[in-house]
Amino acid sequence: MHPAPSVIAFTTFSGLGFGLLFWLGIGMPAPTGWAAFVYFTIAYLGAVGGLLASTFHLGRPERAIKAFSQWKSSWLSREGICAVVTLLVMAIYGAGLVFLGTRFTVLGWLGAIGALGTVFTTSMIYAQLKTVPRWHHWTTVALFLLLSLAGGALLSGNVRVALPLLVIAGALQAFAWFHGDGRFMASGTTMASATGLGHIGRVTAFEPPHTGTNYLMREFIHEVGRKHAMQLRILALGLGFVLPVLLLLVSASLWIAVLAAISHVFGILALRWLFFAQAEHVVGLYYGKR
Amino acid sequence: MTQLPTSTNKKLGLVIDLDTCVGCHACVISCKGWNTENYGAPLSDQDAYSAAASGTFLNRVHSYEVQPPMLNDQPAAPAQLIHFPKSCLHCDDAPCVTVCPTGASYKRTEDGIVLVNEQDCIGCGLCAWACPYGARELDAKEGVMKKCTLCVDRIYNENLPEEDRQPACVRTCPSNARHFGDLADPESDVSILVAERGGFDLMPEQGTKPTNKYLPPRPKDVEPEYDILAPYLAPIASDGKGFVNWLDKALSALPGGAK
Repeated sequence: MHPAPSVIAFTTFSGLGFGLLFWLGIGMPAPTGWAAFVYFTIAYLGAVGGLLASTFHLGRPERAIKAFSQWKSSWLSREGICAVVTLLVMAIYGAGLVFLGTRFTVLGWLGAIGALGTVFTTSMIYAQLKTVPRWHHWTTVALFLLLSLAGGALLSGNVRVALPLLVIAGALQAFAWFHGDGRFMASGTTMASATGLGHIGRVTAFEPPHTGTNYLMREFIHEVGRKHAMQLRILALGLGFVLPVLLLLVSASLWIAVLAAISHVFGILALRWLFFAQAEHVVGLYYGKR
Repeated sequence: MTQLPTSTNKKLGLVIDLDTCVGCHACVISCKGWNTENYGAPLSDQDAYSAAASGTFLNRVHSYEVQPPMLNDQPAAPAQLIHFPKSCLHCDDAPCVTVCPTGASYKRTEDGIVLVNEQDCIGCGLCAWACPYGARELDAKEGVMKKCTLCVDRIYNENLPEEDRQPACVRTCPSNARHFGDLADPESDVSILVAERGGFDLMPEQGTKPTNKYLPPRPKDVEPEYDILAPYLAPIASDGKGFVNWLDKALSALPGGAK
């Protein structure tokens, strides 16, 4: 799949933003006044910024409002609704903390559930796709949720929660990479099943339908970008999980925590780049490519 | 709504014969022509006259080489070149429809055609992600998703002569490799064709239940070893006499001469 910067930014920053909103919602921490203002600003910059970034890859962003209508069948529609409801609920909850110094506990919990729901619906957009065997798996959902919770814990200063979450998320990510490498083969979709010609013999692509490129090849076939996949996996694990954990074990000072968070964000960006660049769509088979 | 209908009255679709398709791409061109001038946004091209030309097509013809395996130590049969037209298969369980967040994608209850309402499409591309066949292409100029309409503006169009009321690709195919009809009716021409020729689904394991069917190439004849010139090349006289016989022997006696 084409690793579009807008979608990488969207999943990374909105994941972190909603993760932070979750911890704020359940009152870990429950700051008031200016401190609350800073926390909520960071969370909304991530969540709203990410959502805005995702509209950049729309062909017709001016009609985005229509995307709220099909919640009965579409995970993308459900995600939009979940995100907006969560942001509205948390805005009231945040205003209570910032301006009134009061914590509306019920609203906070509702917002926290909504934040997790948003990340869950985002992950289902990818996990539902049978056409991308690497994504069509429970690890996609589990990872989106765990990464959001871990990143949110890191940003909210919940060091004692962040440490185990980072370790588990890193281990699950490594497992998902390892297991995902074999899922295209395991899906049973091959050039033989794509063309129905396997009963005659070995099928190879002889001529593509066109001399140039097309939308399908730009969007779904990304062979070149996978060259440095192994190095990027190591980099993502190192920056996203190992370094933050080591930093947090060494010291619990604010600056170390900030450094750990920055390192984590870069790790997640690398990991998300791989999430798209390494995802192979079955339509590539018609072109004899992956 | 982007929920799929539980059943459709008809299943209009195509049957594509991989045995007779000659790979001329006439269906590609007639499709592009009709669908640029009629229903919905035109199918745009980008840098159409450059080396990097690219454009939106609803129907494309791939070509595959299929190499039969070696059997019982006999030399393998020659590889076959098979041309493979591909457009939307108008699936019963169309994954492209249910993922649509705006309701722009829908499957018609009356005839099973999968369409995009371009006024509602936000161009998010998720339907193209969900389609295993590459049947949907986002138009780079219009920013909306384009797909095969089964020429819905031809097949019911009473302004056209009756013989033209079929999809442009079917109407134009010079080798009759494309057939249009109702695949829900077991008595229809297309259904009989599918039954008799062993029509199959593409990627059945994806669970999309496509309406369009493909007919496999017929088995190739095994030709006997036969040389059309052989009767003319056989030696005319094997028992020469006189001068020719003497010359034959004399030349054979020379070093390297043919016996």
